[in-house]
Amino acid sequence: MARALINVPAKAKRGEIIEIKTLIQHEMETGFRVGTNGQVIPRDIITDFICKYNGEEIFRADLHPAISANPFFTFFTVATESGTISFEWSGDNGFAVSETATITVE
Amino acid sequence: MTHDDDIVHATRRRFLTDAAALAGSLGLGLSLTVTPARATPETMRAAIKKVVGEASLQKGKVKLDLPPLVENGNVVSVSVSVDSPMTATDHVKAIHIFNEKNPLPDVLGVRLGPRAGRASFSTRIRLADTQTITAIAELSDGTFWSASVEVIVTLAACVEVL
Repeated sequence: MARALINVPAKAKRGEIIEIKTLIQHEMETGFRVGTNGQVIPRDIITDFICKYNGEEIFRADLHPAISANPFFTFFTVATESGTISFEWSGDNGFAVSETATITVE
Repeated sequence: MTHDDDIVHATRRRFLTDAAALAGSLGLGLSLTVTPARATPETMRAAIKKVVGEASLQKGKVKLDLPPLVENGNVVSVSVSVDSPMTATDHVKAIHIFNEKNPLPDVLGVRLGPRAGRASFSTRIRLADTQTITAIAELSDGTFWSASVEVIVTLAACVEVL
């Protein structure tokens, strides 16, 4: 299971723009590197990242091999209501990880 | 006398053709094993065309932030921000990043909406060579805006041999 780090402010004022940071452990093998046996190492990357705020999609990224190992994203959203923010990563070889964070909006 | 000349010429000719053949095979062999196919400015344009379609691409509104000198192409921090109020009627729908010289022209595609509040994000990418990076933003009114940045890469990513 890949480790994921998420940084979401625990509290926010209604209508405030909050910053979300995510980091997930993954090799992001490009499929262009040649291993010690002379064979090309097959591609193994995260292809999709989706962030939902109370079920509504707020940010989505299509990743390509040009994304560094351990993909890191910082993005913004408007704190509209208290609830959960969910994060989903999916990729090659059935890779799937999901995480959630809770936020209290006053 | 003519006999001697023939021998000299024959060996010299032979040597030259052999040398050329050897160099050719070596060069071809190297290029096949070491350098995989690279994206070129043309493939980048083709990838951009796939996103933009027939719409016109205008310069401006997008701010692409990359270090001008990259020491390690494996981890290059990138941030993109677009000048947009991010309201329901006027917001950024998508931001794409393209490169010229990595094995593939696409780097990242991001979808946003008015819920984002601020059309901005940052991430970390790989760069295989000194090249120009282009970011394209698609706005809700159907227009496309772009920004390009030239970066110098001293240690390349993606194509290293283990």
